[in-house]
Amino acid sequence: MSLQRRPFLTLALLATLGLLEPTAAFADSALDTIMAKKSIAIAIPTDFPPYGFVGTDMAPQGLDVDMARLIATKLGATVELVPVTSANRIPYLQTHKADLVISTLGKNPDREKVIDFTAAYSPFFQAVFAPKAMALKSPGDLAGKTIAVTRGAIEDMELTKIAPAGADIKRFEDNNATVSAFVSGQAQVIATGASVAGNMMARNPQLATEFKLLLKDSPNFIGVAKGDDKLRLKVNEIIASARASGEIDKLCIKWLGRPAGDLPN
Amino acid sequence: MIQLDFAAVLVDWPLLLRGAALTLALTAAATVLGLALGIACARARTHGPAAVRALAAGYVELIRNTPFIVQLFFIFFGLPSLGARLSSEAASVIAMTLNLGAYAAEIVRAGIEATPRGQLEAARSLAMTERQVFLRVVLPPSLGRVWPAMVSQIVIVMLGSAVCGQIATQELSYSTNLIMSRNFRSFEANFVAAALYLGMAVMLRQALGWAGRRWLFGRAARAGR
Repeated sequence: MSLQRRPFLTLALLATLGLLEPTAAFADSALDTIMAKKSIAIAIPTDFPPYGFVGTDMAPQGLDVDMARLIATKLGATVELVPVTSANRIPYLQTHKADLVISTLGKNPDREKVIDFTAAYSPFFQAVFAPKAMALKSPGDLAGKTIAVTRGAIEDMELTKIAPAGADIKRFEDNNATVSAFVSGQAQVIATGASVAGNMMARNPQLATEFKLLLKDSPNFIGVAKGDDKLRLKVNEIIASARASGEIDKLCIKWLGRPAGDLPN
Repeated sequence: MIQLDFAAVLVDWPLLLRGAALTLALTAAATVLGLALGIACARARTHGPAAVRALAAGYVELIRNTPFIVQLFFIFFGLPSLGARLSSEAASVIAMTLNLGAYAAEIVRAGIEATPRGQLEAARSLAMTERQVFLRVVLPPSLGRVWPAMVSQIVIVMLGSAVCGQIATQELSYSTNLIMSRNFRSFEANFVAAALYLGMAVMLRQALGWAGRRWLFGRAARAGR
């Protein structure tokens, strides 16, 4: 079907585009709408503790949720939390169902083609965790220890690279088995992602588990609509001041058990 | 059509060999212990007092009506909370022994119950004690009668040990999964593992057939028939 043969359709299309033009110009930056409405829609995860999950009171909570509240407060707006999944968080931003995505979003070239990223607001990492009482300062200290890890995960690859010959690496099928092995005492040390470890520590405070060694860093960024520089720069300003004031460190210690560390811009 | 690359898997042959060796070792330990447990339970279910019969029946039903992997997880992840911490290998042997023991008990019981009354009466008339009757007259021909079924059950337990990799026992399927997670050659790795399991199962069948005749019921079976 060609447009030349359907003049009516062509006209309709042009008219629609013409009508949309001023609207698009008006909503140039979501920031203007946010300031006008005093309300901001932020996409957060609800299935990814400790970044975003639903507590026993059925209210969303976690690092990403606290971060969303912090940004809304700094903007003087009320926050409207939009629960998203890993798969739909970018479409929510593209279709303006959310003004910001704060959902453990990692930066990669494919994503940079369709949305823009602010500075990093929190770390995401794979690490080695163990009871506070255990002396574990360098990879060499893993010798003679039993370490639970999920087979084939990033942390397995990284751990295998740094572990000394004397370390007994026990590989399990999935995160549940890995966590069970550590919690039941079958392994003395666990190597896993920040999210799994945070959840495990929250449920088993009696183990007094703490962060020991970093395996790999892949920080989280906030996503904004492609080309919305006004909002992106404003959020960057908020992140920079929250980093300087220690508010971000406080959130990271609360939810991840360690300060934010160096975050890329 | 995918490109097959068996070399990528076979280059890890020491890992596969170690895995296969541990699978055989676990099976050997579970066979000896499981057979002993099975015979004891079969005796308890046929000759024991009512309470012991009920206990043995309860054990047999519990094991035969729950999945092996659940039994394994209970022993490995569950027992430590009761204070018993076992290595992956010990937990695997215990789970396999308990599993084989329950099935072996039923197989042996079938053999015992098929003992002709005349043989029992003949043995008693020779003033043999109950213990002598069981160990010398009843048990050996019973084992001979049910040995093919028993060998099959032991092979099933060996193949079932593939799930012991789930608790980080480094047997053959653990090695296979580890290789797969490194080079993503899942078809080739599984193919090689299947070939190894097949070879081991055939060998095990032969070896157990010979061992049964040699040590368990050879003379008795010949005499009894």
